[in-house]
Parts: sequence; C-alpha cells; structure tokens
Amino acid sequence: MIFHIAAHELRRMFLSPLAWSVLAVEQLILAYFFLIGIDNYLVLQPRLAMMEGAPGITDLIVAPLFGDASIFLLFAVPMLTMRLVSEERRGQTLSLLLSAPVSMSEIILGKFLGVTAFFWILVLMIGVMPLSLLAGGTIDLGMYASGMFGVALLTASFVAVGLYMSTLTVQPAIAAVSTFGVLLGLWIIDWVGADRSGEYSGLFGYVSILRHYQSLLKGVFNSSDVIYYLLFIATFIVLSIRRLDADRLQH
Amino acid sequence: MSDATSLIRLEHVYRYYGHTCALNDVSFTVGKGEVLGLLGPNGAGKSTAMQIISGNLAPSAGQVWVNGIDLLDQPTAAKAGLGYLPDQPPLYRELSVDEYLVYCARLNRIPAKQQRAAIATAKERCGLTEVGRRLIGNLSKGYQQRVGIAQAIVHSPAVVILDEPTVGLDPLQMREIRALIRELRGEHSIILSTHILPEVQAVCDRVRIISAGKLVLNDTIEGLQRRMRSSSLVVGLRRPPAVAELQGFPGVESVEALPDGTWRVHYHPERNPAEQLAAEAARRDWGLYELIPERMSLEQVFVDITRSDPTEHGVAEHSEGAAA
Repeated sequence: MIFHIAAHELRRMFLSPLAWSVLAVEQLILAYFFLIGIDNYLVLQPRLAMMEGAPGITDLIVAPLFGDASIFLLFAVPMLTMRLVSEERRGQTLSLLLSAPVSMSEIILGKFLGVTAFFWILVLMIGVMPLSLLAGGTIDLGMYASGMFGVALLTASFVAVGLYMSTLTVQPAIAAVSTFGVLLGLWIIDWVGADRSGEYSGLFGYVSILRHYQSLLKGVFNSSDVIYYLLFIATFIVLSIRRLDADRLQH
Repeated sequence: MSDATSLIRLEHVYRYYGHTCALNDVSFTVGKGEVLGLLGPNGAGKSTAMQIISGNLAPSAGQVWVNGIDLLDQPTAAKAGLGYLPDQPPLYRELSVDEYLVYCARLNRIPAKQQRAAIATAKERCGLTEVGRRLIGNLSKGYQQRVGIAQAIVHSPAVVILDEPTVGLDPLQMREIRALIRELRGEHSIILSTHILPEVQAVCDRVRIISAGKLVLNDTIEGLQRRMRSSSLVVGLRRPPAVAELQGFPGVESVEALPDGTWRVHYHPERNPAEQLAAEAARRDWGLYELIPERMSLEQVFVDITRSDPTEHGVAEHSEGAAA
C-alpha cells in the first residue's frame, strides 16, 4: 500500500510542469557549477602538480559540486513538498485517503517515499556528471560514493521536514516558507557554537544538518552521522503521522 | 454489539467544534439494502455526521459500527466496507478517469487480478465508459460527480455514503444519478444527505431529519407522506352562498376567501366534507367548478419540523450553524 501511494505521488509529480522545471533548472545550474569547478581545477593544476599530497579532482571538483547541490536542494525541496498534504487538504482530496482502508502511517510513508524517490532521481542526475571525469582521469570512487550517500540522506531529511510542515497547514505557500525557514535555521545553527578556528562544538554543532553532511563529503563515513540523519527523518515522519491523525480529533 | 442486519450503527454520538456542538446525541442504524436520506438545513450537522461515519472525523463521544466492526478500534478493517463521496468529490484533476480509478481500486485493496473488472463495472454503472481516457479536470461538473460516485463504489462496499450527490447538476443529470442510486440499493446500504426534498421522495426508504445537531425525525417515506396530508380543500363556486353556510357543514372548522375568488375550507382531519359539499353544491346549484384537496409540500413539513424543534427538544440555540 505504501508503494501504491508513493507511485501515485511520483506519477502526479511528473504530470505537473513544476517537477520537470525543477529538474531542468537543477541540471542547468549544477552543470554550470561543474564547469566552473573544472575550470578552476585547470587553472590550479600546474601548481598542484608540484605539491606533495595535493588534493585530487574528487576534492576539488566532486565534493564542491555536491556542496552546491545541497544549496540547490535547500530551495527546491520546499517547493515540491509544500503541496503534499496541504494541497490535498485544500482540494479536499484527503478524504479519499482517509476513508480508504489505509492507515495514517501508510499515507505518510507513501508520500515521503514518493517525493524522496523524485529527489533521488534528481541526485542521480547530479551524480552522473562527475562520472564523466572518468573519461580523462581518475576519481576517488569511495569518496564519490560517500558523497552521493550524503546527498541522498540530506535530501531525505529535507523531504521529511517539508512533509511535516505540509501537514501543519492548508496553505502550500506557508508550508514552503516554513520548511525553508526550518532548513535554513538548521543549516546555520552551528554558527553560534563555532569558535574562531572554525571547529564545531557542543549541542548546536551536533544539531546542525550541514556538519554531518560535510564529513560525508570529505569521504569520512561515520556511522554517527548516518544515525543522525535516520533519527532526523524518523522524528519528522512520526510527527507527521501524529499531526495527520490529530486532524480527525479536534478542530 | 451489532446485529447482522444493520450495516451502520451510531450510538450516542457527540461532536464538538470548540464550544459549539455540531452533533448532539445522535443514534441510528441503517439496515442492509436500505437507502437512508439525511435531511437538514445548512449547518445542521449532516456533513459532520457523514464525515464521522466515513472515518474522516472522530466523534467527541459515542461509538460507530460499520458492518459490525468498531470504526474507532479497527479503522482499517471498518473502512474496507465503506465508500464515501464527500460534498466536493475528491478528484485529482491532472489524472485521467482510468488512472484515477486504478489508484482508488489500489487504495481500497482490490486484488490486482480483479481490479480491471471492478473498474469496468464501476465505470459502466456511472456512465463513464466513454470518458475513461479523458483528464478529470476537463470533464464537466456532472461527469466529475459521476467519477466521484464511481470512486465510492469501485470496491463494492457494503455501505455507500453520498454527501449531496446531486448538487450543481442539471435536471437530466440529477435523474440519472438518482436512477443510479436506486440501482445501487440492491446490494449496498446507502446514506444520502441532501437538502433537495423531492430527491428524498424519489430514492429513499427512510428519512432522518437533523436540525441543530439533533435527530428530530426518523420516519419511513410513507410516514412522511402521511404527515404531508393536510386538512384543507380549495373550493371554487360560480354562485357562492354566504360564508356561514359553508361553515355550517359538518367537520368544517373555518373558511377563508382567497384572492382569486375561491374559498379555502379547513376541516377536521377525520371528517372530510368534500363529498357532502359537492352533493350540496349540485343540489343547490352553486356552480361548483373546482374542488381540490390541498397537500402540504415536503418543504412545509420540513419547515414545521425543523422550526418547532428547538422549543420542543430544548436544543441550545447557540449550536446552530456549527457544522460545516
């Protein structure tokens, strides 16, 4: 059942021009970043050749590309998650799901997986670009895989927040703005905890959604980072289920 | 708790929105193969009642059984026997009719092998066979309503709940939808809410009138028609006698002159003077050209019942207009 709902969400997304335009804009912008990355690398290359233990193309092109991708996702995710529940509520299509023999958890998980699948398609499209470098050089595939894994987790976390915000309101625009606000807040929250050397510390550093991502981009696969994202996703999914269930109870 | 013949059973259901009481101690049952008409003025709590039965709203207190299964304890199992058409059909405008019905069939857990047949049957019943490939958003309102009904019956649920199914349709489409409802009656129990009174007469077996959140009338259609029998005649006479003479007939309670020159004669319900009046008019050459027994319209019965309710049953006035 979760799968049917997810497939339906994914399908509806591709029926709307919004999804296609998000994919098109993403491809255009990130291709541009990618080319700038290559350009910079070519400028630096003579100096790198003389250095010992110099960073390779994975450090200089692939990791920054994934970093830029996360900024793009910060803007794109709220626009597609905003309609998940709020629009169904406004168009009164939610009652189709609520009067069908489907539990609240199945509805929320289906919607979550549907939108996450869409963004994973987008992440795959980003991920294919650096692979073209294999034609003329070598990239650190371990670091590449860790980066891809990081983007995938980060995207899923963004979607979970967006889904929860969408369950809170009837207005998709409010859901979008508040999702963006929460994500940006979690993005920069560790600025408070950073000391002069740029080292993160304490609670704010742990909560920051970006810190865990950066270590994955560096190719450091730390299970605590993965657990952070899984906990993050689970929290917002449980909150969404509870919120949707509360709809029936009191107004 | 529930016997085999009643597919829906509500017991002492209350629903509050904040401090306003939208449903106040509502209990009823709907038997198998029965069409129940839920009538009431706007804001009386019809939609709230239907949302509660369909599992879209939880009651503040009370219990609901669908098909013998407690809706609150086992919502998924109970909802499998339910088809619900809200007042606004829950349609995805960007899907085609076929795609939409496939999704509904899947949501209602129809086994993959039977989906095709179930969808074909639902489409045929609702007259959608020809529009299967069109986008729902491009269909007319009447067809969208039919898609909404198809959605509610695609899994042949035991109970079909239709919230104002004919609102916004033209008379021809209304007739078709009513014919469809009559056809469905055989194997499903149907709850229908409406404020179009002839519709109730046309399709329902039983009528329940909700006013300000309370059930104020529970009757069969025959019972309702009996209530509609009034106790007055309209008499047209070319050469009328004095009013006192008309008043002198046995059973006549009062006579009133109507602007078009005819008379309205009110009589005691059990002593209809029509026959004697006609005989007397012929004997004395009053020139009788019109003798019409008046019937109260369903509207009047409805207005009488819903108006008299608050004083009779002591429903608090502030609960009016509570439900959406």
